[in-house]
Amino acid sequence: MSNAAPRPNDLMGLSEPEYDTILEIMGRPPNLTELGIFSVMWSEHCSYKSSRRWLKTLPTEGPQVICGPGENAGVVDIGDGEAVIFKIESHNHPSFIEPYQGAATGVGGIMRDVFTMGARPVANLNALRFGSPDHPKTRHLVRGVVAGIGGYGNCIGVPTVAGEVNFDPAYNGNILVNAMTVGIAPADRIFYSAAAGVGLPVVYVGSKTGRDGIHGATMASAEFGGDAAEKRPTVQVGDPFTEKLLLEACLELMATDAIVAIQDMGAAGLTSSSVEMASKGNVGIELDLDRVPLRETGMTPYEIMLSESQERMLMVLKPGHEPAAMAIFEKWELDCAVIGETVDHGRLILRTAGSIAADIPVPPLVAAAPEYDRPWTATPPRPVLTAAEVPQQPDLGPALCRLMACPDLASRRWIWEQYDHMVMADTVQRPGGDAGVVRVHGSEKGLAVTTDCTPRYVHANPIEGGRQAVAEAWRNLTAVGATPLAITNNLNFGNPERPEIMGQLVGAIQGISEACLALDCPVVSGNVSLYNETEGSAILPTPVIGAVGLLPDLAVTTSLAFAANQAIVLIGKTAGWLGCSLYVRESCPGETMAPPPVDLAAERRNGDFVRGLIADRQVTACHDLADGGLLVAVAEMALAADIGATITLPGDLPAHAWLFGEDQARYLVTTANPADLLAAAIQAGIPARRIGHTGGASLTVSGTAPISLADLSAAHEGWLPAYMATA
Amino acid sequence: MTAAIIVFPGSNCDRDTAVALEAASGRAPRLIWHRETALPKVDLIVIPGGFAYGDYLRAGAIAAHSPIMREVVARAHAGVPTLGICNGFQVLTETGLLPGVLTRNASLRFVCRDVHLRVEQTDSVFTCKYRPDQVLRIPVAHMDGNYIADDTTLQELEDHGQIALRYCDADGAATAEANPNGAQRNIAGLFNRRRNVLGLMPHPERAADPHHGGTDGRALFAGLVEMIAA
Repeated sequence: MSNAAPRPNDLMGLSEPEYDTILEIMGRPPNLTELGIFSVMWSEHCSYKSSRRWLKTLPTEGPQVICGPGENAGVVDIGDGEAVIFKIESHNHPSFIEPYQGAATGVGGIMRDVFTMGARPVANLNALRFGSPDHPKTRHLVRGVVAGIGGYGNCIGVPTVAGEVNFDPAYNGNILVNAMTVGIAPADRIFYSAAAGVGLPVVYVGSKTGRDGIHGATMASAEFGGDAAEKRPTVQVGDPFTEKLLLEACLELMATDAIVAIQDMGAAGLTSSSVEMASKGNVGIELDLDRVPLRETGMTPYEIMLSESQERMLMVLKPGHEPAAMAIFEKWELDCAVIGETVDHGRLILRTAGSIAADIPVPPLVAAAPEYDRPWTATPPRPVLTAAEVPQQPDLGPALCRLMACPDLASRRWIWEQYDHMVMADTVQRPGGDAGVVRVHGSEKGLAVTTDCTPRYVHANPIEGGRQAVAEAWRNLTAVGATPLAITNNLNFGNPERPEIMGQLVGAIQGISEACLALDCPVVSGNVSLYNETEGSAILPTPVIGAVGLLPDLAVTTSLAFAANQAIVLIGKTAGWLGCSLYVRESCPGETMAPPPVDLAAERRNGDFVRGLIADRQVTACHDLADGGLLVAVAEMALAADIGATITLPGDLPAHAWLFGEDQARYLVTTANPADLLAAAIQAGIPARRIGHTGGASLTVSGTAPISLADLSAAHEGWLPAYMATA
Repeated sequence: MTAAIIVFPGSNCDRDTAVALEAASGRAPRLIWHRETALPKVDLIVIPGGFAYGDYLRAGAIAAHSPIMREVVARAHAGVPTLGICNGFQVLTETGLLPGVLTRNASLRFVCRDVHLRVEQTDSVFTCKYRPDQVLRIPVAHMDGNYIADDTTLQELEDHGQIALRYCDADGAATAEANPNGAQRNIAGLFNRRRNVLGLMPHPERAADPHHGGTDGRALFAGLVEMIAA
């Protein structure tokens, strides 16, 4: 039939076989608008066509889970009739092209995902990856991204309480900006996207639709070439003030009984929101595009449907509730319009000027979206690096100062002081610790939140790296005394059409799955960002884990800051694993070997033990061991309190392996009663060892010269401000 | 004490301030939408922090022309204690209730951190519970806190004891390093001549609960409750 019809020259990112499928579904060649709709709905960004097969293997269930992946965000029970709703999402490509707006709209988009479900956002986080500090673009990108995240989050009034930053040349041409939002809603007032019922009004509210961000989802699903700058018109422009109004208006309307379904217009804008609601509700939807509030004249149906203008919501109301809804939107000075209705014929029909601009059957548009089993090759294992192969640094003090000032470990204060991390007045632990902690408003409960990933581990061994990302997030929650509830993930990878990249994705998902199962921490939401490559060069595989934990009583929490005159106890086994460590990277560049193995059973045992110690008020400070190993953790704890420490060296390991090895499943705790704590550890079969005590104004490792905290602090705090101040 | 908190589109510290006021007074403040034209009889008016009207045009500029502000200005002139925190301070300068202007931070960056403040004037309903020269630790969070006025105005402010708080170091010295935004004479908080209007950049409502990591802001609210009851 239609195979004989001429094919468009531009398939808008679709493949030839995908176009053939569209011809079958439509029974005719699609017009431009229809092709655009298929193109975005079937883009990698919206359809997860390369990853879906593997995402299905992630554990997503648990007694605490109210709603897992598939909605705008994941929903988890926190007791007392409340639920926590959270998700992480990438805005990588736009942020590279236009860092301020790209990052800002990333924050705006993820917040809408969370308040669409009925939650008031209570915490924002961000996981950022930039190129080498030496790269000419890096400083500009850091400045723009940080200002954009702050500009949006600060204005809307949601505290940004945690996050992470790495620098690596692999991100020179493709930075990562992953934003996470955590919200709280009444557990019996969660809003979903299924538009069940016909003859219901479809209501548009929020900013007017303009020509910004057209085909953004498709842009986000392709590699960059040398023409990245030309893609600037596909980047959306954010208005946090309108988002604040939209947030308050939606929450006010949600307190009534008017809403059947609601969906934010994010990637693929009006297209994906309307298709999603129709598909989930098993109905069709008819829209009159002439009623859509427009920012500019002469917009075509193609442009209206594919615009990614920000701060817009689509909702399906119960009939008769339109006036009440309009009154709320008018109060908040938001544009709104009834633009269509749900129908029983299962088609998406768009009308303009009395004629039909598009007519697509909804079920195949969604169900026939391609799913690929892309060929993949496992990442070859790397050799194990023994401590004997790594030269000892002659002088401990300079070596530690160098590590504490390296771009991956230096203080991030310059960044988080640009974020309002205290608005809402419920922030209990500010940025800079293991996890951010916010109070559940009006209660004595708290939520602990973190994001984590160690891309160099994932690159060296995707399975171990995937495990480690989950384990570290879980440890960070544990270190403040929280019980981990669930995670969200942001899988950032290169081009999945390359088997070695696909192998990284497959391996990381396997590792994440194993860790989630072992640690009882299901995945409840997530986002996949592929094609993070520029001119054939891929980023480090970066599966970021965002995790949320519950503190039943804020009086029973702990931070990493030392108290004076306490014993320091190391929990967990130290083998002195230097492979893939920061110590090795900073002292002998180019060395990349097998990363530390993750013993998930030990993670579970040690973490549960530490959480128990905190709950029993046996520890006065706690910190998980991660990048940089033991001595870096001691230094971080000391700097957080401006209280020094004295550490002993064991006889059974070389000093550098002991001090800088990055063995997993370890924590440092301090206590006034080491004997009791060590006895409890023996009782529980947990490796624990007293390694020193706190006090003084310097850090002393037995047999070496004291390292002054002032010097350490200057090194640690100095790097980023000095870097950013250079022209 | 009955208090009214003015809420503009874009205000985002209205709830935080209400919580602190209720904790101090035992009574929930009234939240007054900016489109109202009349105020109930209240003992205190608060303009909270946030980004009223998105800070578009200039921080506080559009909010100063909201319908309710005519009544707020009238009440303040009539002697009702009126407190503007952060964005509220910016609104108060835009209405002319307080002199000078708050411009972009000297760093050109948003700044959110604890600062030290020296109490310069304790003879007011707002600062009566503090000691002269007491050093407080209270957070700031703003983009436009760089206070500027002409020399004559600054001298008048000094002469009439209108400077409420100055940025200082932990020992009380008002140094340039301790100034988070470049404000002239390290001014962090300012009274009108009659001292019934206070604008300040720091957020006392974020230092009002042990979970905040400090409670130095509490005495401001407690003082208001005490003075107004008296």
